[in-house]
Formats: sequence, C-alpha cells, structure tokens
Amino acid sequence: MSLDLPYSQGGEFVDLPHDIRLRRIYPEGEDYDLSARTVLNVGPSHPAMHGTIRMVVELDGETIVGCDVIPGYLHRGFEKECEAHTYHQAIPYTDRLNYCSPLINNFAWVETVEKMFGVEVPRRTQLIRMYLSEVSRITDHLTCIGAALMEVGALTPFLWMIEVRDWYWEHICRVTGARLTQTYARIGGLARDVTDEWLDRCEQINSEHLVKTLRDVHVLVDHNRIFIDRMRGVGVVSQKDAISYGVTGPMLRSTGVGLDCRKYAPYELYEEVSFDVPIGKYGDNYDRYFVRMREMEESMKICRQLDPLIRATNGEEIKVDDSRVSLPPKSEVYSNIEALMNHFKLIMEGQRPPQGECYHAVEGGNGELGFYIVSDGTGRPYKARCRPPSFVNMGSAHLQLLGAQVADIVPIFGQINMIGGECDR
Amino acid sequence: MSDSLSTALAAVLQGLGDKVLSYHSQFGDDTIVVASADRLDAARYLFETPELNFDLLMDSTAVDWDQEEPRFEVVDHFFSTSHHYRLRLKCRVEEDSSVPSLCALYGSANWMERETYDMYGIEFEGHHDLRRILLYPEFRGWPLRKDYDKLQAWPLFEARYPGIREQEDKIIHPNPGDQEPMHEP
Repeated sequence: MSLDLPYSQGGEFVDLPHDIRLRRIYPEGEDYDLSARTVLNVGPSHPAMHGTIRMVVELDGETIVGCDVIPGYLHRGFEKECEAHTYHQAIPYTDRLNYCSPLINNFAWVETVEKMFGVEVPRRTQLIRMYLSEVSRITDHLTCIGAALMEVGALTPFLWMIEVRDWYWEHICRVTGARLTQTYARIGGLARDVTDEWLDRCEQINSEHLVKTLRDVHVLVDHNRIFIDRMRGVGVVSQKDAISYGVTGPMLRSTGVGLDCRKYAPYELYEEVSFDVPIGKYGDNYDRYFVRMREMEESMKICRQLDPLIRATNGEEIKVDDSRVSLPPKSEVYSNIEALMNHFKLIMEGQRPPQGECYHAVEGGNGELGFYIVSDGTGRPYKARCRPPSFVNMGSAHLQLLGAQVADIVPIFGQINMIGGECDR
Repeated sequence: MSDSLSTALAAVLQGLGDKVLSYHSQFGDDTIVVASADRLDAARYLFETPELNFDLLMDSTAVDWDQEEPRFEVVDHFFSTSHHYRLRLKCRVEEDSSVPSLCALYGSANWMERETYDMYGIEFEGHHDLRRILLYPEFRGWPLRKDYDKLQAWPLFEARYPGIREQEDKIIHPNPGDQEPMHEP
C-alpha cells in the first residue's frame, strides 16, 4: 500500500509477522536489493530505550529504511482508573504520568477541575504553583539532557545534572513530603504552604548548583566535535511536519515556531512575569539541546521574579474558601456538624463539578499537557483524557528515523524525551 | 450557551452553515457538533480557511455514552498556530459504523485515532494503519467502553513464538540427564 499523506516522507507499509507494520522508504536514485536488508528489533527493554518502547527498524547497511515504533509497554489504564475514582483520588495517578515533572501534571489536573467549578484559587497558591512548575521544568530538562548526553557518551554531564536534579528533588521533598510521587496539589489549593527559608534554599540551589552546572555543561559539550557530529543535522523535523504531527514543546520550538502555552494561553499568573521563549533554527537534535538548556535559564528567571511575590503574600490562605471544593479546617470538623458533614461528603462522594466538558492545557516539560474532562455531575469523572505530549511527539519519530543511521536512534530518542508513564498512560 | 460568540466560533458558524448541528462555549471552550460523515469536510474547512487556520490537531479522543443513541462521541481539539484559536469538534457515531479519518489532513491523527480505535473500537474510514497501539494485538475487548469491567481477568493467548519458552527453560535449568544437544555436532 503506498502512502498518500500530506507531509510524510512517502514510502509504503510492509506487514511483518506478529502485527508489525514497517513504514518503508526507497531512497531515490539508488538500486536497493531488498534481500540484503536486515530487520533489527530495539527494545522494549534496552539500556538506551529509557522508559519502555520498542522499535522495529529495517536496515540497509547502517541506514534505517523502514521502521515501526511500538509504544504501550507501560500502559496501566490511567483513564479507566480515573473514571472509577473521585477527582481528588485521581491526583496520585497524575504523578505517574510524567514522572520527571510530577508537579506540573498535578497542577494541570486540579486546574482543570477548578475551571469546571469556576473557582479562583488564592493568589499565593497560584504563585507557589508557578514556582514549583518552573522548578519541575528544570528537573525535567535536567533529566532529559543528562540522559541524552550520557547516551552519546558524555557520562560526566549526566552525573552533574542528576546531582543538581537530586538537590531539587530533595528540596521539593521538604515541602511535598516525597521526592518523586509528590501529590502536592489539592483541588482548590495546595497540600502545604512553603516557608521563606524554603525559598531561600531553592534560590541557593538555583544560583550555586544549577548556574554552575549549566555553565560547565555548555563548556564541555557545546563545541565538542563528537557531540556536534552526533547531534547537528540529526533528527531534523521541518516546521510544517512538526505542526502537522502535533508536536509541541521544546521539539516544536527547536524548529523555529515560538509557541509556548504560557505565552499564547496564559494560565495561572504567567502574564505577570517576563520571560523569553527560546527557539531553534534547524529543528535538529542540537537545537533541541540548546532550547532545553535555555529554557532552564528562563525558568530560573521566572523563579527569581516569583520569589518576592510569594514573600509578599506571606500568611495568606492557600486554599479557596468554597465548601464545594475545599475540605473544612480540622478544628471545625471536630467541633461542628456542618463542617463534619461537609468533610464526609467531600471525602465519600468527592467534589461534584457541574455537568459539562472542559479542556485545560498547561506547558509541560515536553509540550502541551492537556486534560479533557467530561463530568456528568457526579463525584467521578465520566471521562478523563490526558493529552500526552510524549505520545504525540513520539508519533513523529518515523520522520526523524527514516533515512538516519542506526546509531542515530539513540540521540533522536533521547531528544524526543519520551517519558513512558506519560506516553503509555 | 454564551451570549457573545468568540471570533473563531462566529467565523466557523458562518463558514460551515448548516453542517453545524449545535454549538456551545462552556468553560471558555468553543465547541461545534457536526454529523459524523462531515467530520473530515469540517476539519478541512477549519484547516484551509486562512482566517481560521486550525493547522494543529491537538487531541483526538472519544466518549462512550452507552445509554444514548448514537453511542459514541468522537472529540477533536484543534489549535491554530497563527491565531492561537482553539476549537472542539464533536460528532456522534453509531456503535458499528465508522467515521472519516483525519489522517489525510493531520499527521498526528494517525496515532491518536489508533488509540481511540484501541480503546473504544471505533473504526476510522481512510486510516491507513488502524492497529492497536497501547494494547497488544491479541487483546480482546475495548477497555474504555463503559461496559468493559476493569476487574475481569485478562484472557490468555497463545505464545507468539511457540517453542521458545521451552528452549529457554532448558537453557536456564539444564537437566544433564535428559538434555538434548542444542545444535547438531
């Protein structure tokens, strides 16, 4: 079957046993002997396929001339589970979507529910959410770049970056109580308040550890011949292809499209802070590396702007005063019947948003992370859909893989930054 | 239903005319509903009209309204990279009928429609690669349908590579007494 698609690279589908369907290309101008081609299986359990994804590639020498990307090895029924739980109980499930930046998922989920309720969370809550989102974005990019560099042979930056990431995670642990699965957001507020000392230390990590590490990594790899050879011109996606394949986030920005959800559809209080949206030029792996490195600096800039704003709201309430959404204070629960009943209803039946449907998107580490919730007026979502940036970005992988070398699989995959938990849900 | 329509929704309603069966903008999301046969045509209009230019298919999924008729609702979220508009396009599908695929317009429709097929069993007409994507090919049933019991036992299926397991067992737990040579000498 020949392909007649808008922007794909053409070619045809070839069926192999066990439900594998290769998308195969025939490079022009050369006479290829099909019998000389090798089919190679990469993954799902392969050191370079961090996360679990399987690729079946057809090789001609070292050139990839056919591929099938098979996700789903980490599928655990996120959407089905959400339908069986209350909105509040679904928060821990969102932690496990993109486990490199769980707080962004947390906040995206609760903000979608808050949007349905029409409640406005207090200013301090929004500022803290933004602050923690930016810190999470930094940890996400540190993981992505660290791992991607390690896979092309630079182990040292990986160790540096993971060390900084751990400073952040340990510090986040002090406010959320967990390093990885934080479950820190609450519908209408936050689980705990942050202190000034916490902000001091976070700024210290920014200025002492992150700044130094970013500088060191730039010095070590930016002009490194091996690194440039592996990254420059590898995994190129054109602007048109990227948009057609729904690519968002750093991958889209590396092609030169300056789209950032925080800019075009500001949520929380992103209108109040100033930051740049770094964009690339060629849409290759090298640009993706640079866009992510620059984004960490921008996130740090946002954190520094938020710091005084959070301090200025010290002592303010961090949850919305609305009995449909927030649990009453414990002292009330133990002393009067209305609060006790309210607590009981919210825990047993859950928050009950009005009937309808709502889509809310935030800028996640890898692109636009959206939640689409359909409510039937009960305490459980009728339908909860996560728009996973990793999954959609991964859908464009064949554009980069076909025609590349077999050794390019690893850097291409590293810079797509597929997170298994989010891709497979 | 809001009193004042957003620019995008007003333009869409004017352009698509009778094709729009109903519309609303709840929680700030503009939504139009079309007949399932019009899905591709409506999307093409949204994509190709310069003042709308919905060139990015953000999300495509479905909702199972098992008590209603037609049963399924295919929901697409579009985004315009030049105007930053958002629009939700919905259409209702019968259980055993198919709906036109958006693959001819959007590359991202490929994987997302495969996922919808995988989870709901909705067939997409004109999709060139409609296979299961998150679940394995031997899986039976459509897990996100409301009548799928999530506690049921997963059906067993035959090994994909018959014989390999026995060979592995022999390698891992060799029994010198009855072991046969792996290769001819």
